[in-house]
Amino acid sequence: MNQAQDTRLDWRTAARLGLLGGVVTLYFGAIGMVLTFSVRNLLGTFINVGQILTVAGALAAGYLVGRTFIEAGRRRQVIPMGLLAGFMAGLPPLILVIMGTLFPVNPMFININDELVQLITFGLGPVLGSVALVLLSTVMGLVGAALELMDERPRRALINGVLWVLLLGLFSENAATILEKFIGHAAVRWMFQNKSLNPIAGAVLFIITFGFSFLGSGDRARQKWQSMPPEAQQQWRKYFIVLGLLLALALPWIVGQFLSQVLFIVGLYVMMGMGLNIVVGYAGLLDLGYVAFFAFGAYTMGVLTSPQGPGGGILNFWAALPFSIAVGVLFGVLLGFPVLNMRGDYLAIVTLGFGEIIRVLAYSNWLAPLIGGAQGVLGIPSPSLFGFELGKPEYMYYLVLVGSIIAAFIAARLRDSRLGRQWMAMREDEDVAEAMGINLVQTKLLAFAIGASFSAASGAIFASRLHNIFPNSFGILVSINVLSLIIVGGLGSLPGVVVGAAILVGLPELLREFAEYRLLMYGILLIVMMLVKPEGFWPEAARKRELRGEEEWDEAAAAPSSAE
Amino acid sequence: MDAILIAKNVTKRFGGLVAVNNLDLEIQHGQIYSVIGPNGAGKTTFFNCITGFYTPEEGKIIFDGHEIQGLSTDHITRLGISRTYQNIRLFSNMTALENVMVGEHPHLKTFWAEAIFRTPRFVKEEAAALKEAQRLLAFVGLKGVGDNLARNLPYGAQRRLEVARALASKPKLLLLDEPTAGMNPRETEEMIEFIEMLRDELGITILLIEHDMKVVMSISDQITVLDFGTKIAEGKPIDIQRNPRVIEAYLGRGAASGLGNARQAAARPS
Repeated sequence: MNQAQDTRLDWRTAARLGLLGGVVTLYFGAIGMVLTFSVRNLLGTFINVGQILTVAGALAAGYLVGRTFIEAGRRRQVIPMGLLAGFMAGLPPLILVIMGTLFPVNPMFININDELVQLITFGLGPVLGSVALVLLSTVMGLVGAALELMDERPRRALINGVLWVLLLGLFSENAATILEKFIGHAAVRWMFQNKSLNPIAGAVLFIITFGFSFLGSGDRARQKWQSMPPEAQQQWRKYFIVLGLLLALALPWIVGQFLSQVLFIVGLYVMMGMGLNIVVGYAGLLDLGYVAFFAFGAYTMGVLTSPQGPGGGILNFWAALPFSIAVGVLFGVLLGFPVLNMRGDYLAIVTLGFGEIIRVLAYSNWLAPLIGGAQGVLGIPSPSLFGFELGKPEYMYYLVLVGSIIAAFIAARLRDSRLGRQWMAMREDEDVAEAMGINLVQTKLLAFAIGASFSAASGAIFASRLHNIFPNSFGILVSINVLSLIIVGGLGSLPGVVVGAAILVGLPELLREFAEYRLLMYGILLIVMMLVKPEGFWPEAARKRELRGEEEWDEAAAAPSSAE
Repeated sequence: MDAILIAKNVTKRFGGLVAVNNLDLEIQHGQIYSVIGPNGAGKTTFFNCITGFYTPEEGKIIFDGHEIQGLSTDHITRLGISRTYQNIRLFSNMTALENVMVGEHPHLKTFWAEAIFRTPRFVKEEAAALKEAQRLLAFVGLKGVGDNLARNLPYGAQRRLEVARALASKPKLLLLDEPTAGMNPRETEEMIEFIEMLRDELGITILLIEHDMKVVMSISDQITVLDFGTKIAEGKPIDIQRNPRVIEAYLGRGAASGLGNARQAAARPS
């Protein structure tokens, strides 16, 4: 860092960051997020998500201030500057208190009301409460800054401990259903009271997670892993995959029906994400109408299997599935043709239009005799296997699990082949790719077709789980969702698809009360992601093959090389 | 006739601008043939006509007995022409090894679905492709860096990688667009040796665009000089150096007459 920057770094920086944090809090309060979130208790009945949200701005400001000053080599100023930032962060929320108590702003800001004031002043009354709020913010700013002063190990342990307690508190209902199977009803009732974590249980949990983290078992495991020879790593990787599969198989029976349904939906999006990942992540074709193929799969399944549909239920799920996929592929190719010469933004616009056309067609009276128009297709039967009906979410989860695994397998195999290289070369530079002898038409159409097939299969499963499908299930938001999840997970990365789906699809399902703010959170997450971690949560690693790959292939082929 | 590439009356226009005007040339097997000329003379446009990026309005380009004007780039590549670019155009987010393997594309035969099931044929072909790519990397002096992303390689290595990628398609004719641009004298020296080795060891015919006169004069068998899209001279390096029209194109009219006379005067006694 250069000297000029250093000298400009003073108390004003800290004050500015603090104010920023406070304004964020003010905003969250004014739009009603703090109040809505306060219904979820975290620890006992006295810490809820709303309160966390109230002080998070101060904490974050303190943390940022701490980091800025330490990076500039001014450790001694960290504590006072953190205090200042926290204090400043406490001021903007006071506007909420003033507006809520002194002025009748209810007609304009319906969310700034007595209840909110009560909440953020901790029920102490406006004056005393305001003082308490600012004090608490100041302390939080201090804590945030002090975190940066700590050594790496205790800091990580502390953060881990707090996060675990908060997470378990946040998802206490879901955690309770899971834990009940292992530690019994009575223990669970004691651990989770009032839909939140019992404070004593929280303390125990904190000590355990803190201890584990502090002793650094994760670190040691990583070091051990890195010191292992590659063959041993391969071996262990296989064990982990088997273990993961077993866990995936047991999952619905551990987590219960509600979470199985959530997992099912996540699985549907994983399948779609695997497909769109090929189109966007590998081939670099920005497709905003991806939901269309999902719709084709769903409607084909509906029309062919529903006894009330025009098909009269002539086929069962398994017989109709290939048709669903085939229709998806067909339209994938049909869409591909007109957009062969389009790039980037233009392609995005056309595919966006394509997706909307399909939705509008599904609504239209013109196609209503076939697909029901606004009434949709009703009475789609559940799939069954050897006379055993798979209607329950636990079983449907298996179906989507198998689908996701097949999709991931195909995507991984193709990625490591000539076709995968064709796609990536086309993504990097279309002209040069063509000059390398790559047939762009074929390469693009294959990307669209294979991508569409995953989505269509996902749609078919979706239809047979929901039994009734309506055009409004296939809106633009589904396309945006899938695109966002592969970006958040890491474009071009297969594990990234799963991580992205879990975060962007699974979490909102678990936080149903906050559905109102879903898109806002989405936006915030995407912006923060792009600023802080643009490569995604689980980015694709460059494959190492020149030095390591030789053995891998040699055993498989005694091919005479054309070399020397 | 032993010509590998013949251009007949090739003309390429952009609106009213004639970028390449009625160009004729003939490249023999195993030659290092250079096209030189001032900036904007139409050299790269001519390259783009040969490789199919542009279709010339008039004229014929005959490669190895095939008329190739107007064919698509991938088709022309499969016939055996390969190129590098003036401003390096690698697949920057792929590894060096993958870049070369993309270059091998025209020679890989397996159907894409075979990759899903890893048929023996696919595994064999992929292993051979990997070996070949490793060999090519070693050939251009990039052994050991194959797992780096192309964009992380130093400049000189990127140039070499581009050549390796071009070689992977086993071309009969290799087009190099300013291969020594931005190189220091030592790197340039290495590149000259490298280009000569390509011709001598692999028997590849080379068509070169180059600004560095030292490079052009030391390795070319034959040179064509373009100015405003028109061929103004053709011949061996020694003839080109003496040609007054060439000197004029490079240095301006006044300089040309003076310099040309001086050269002739100097040449006369010997």
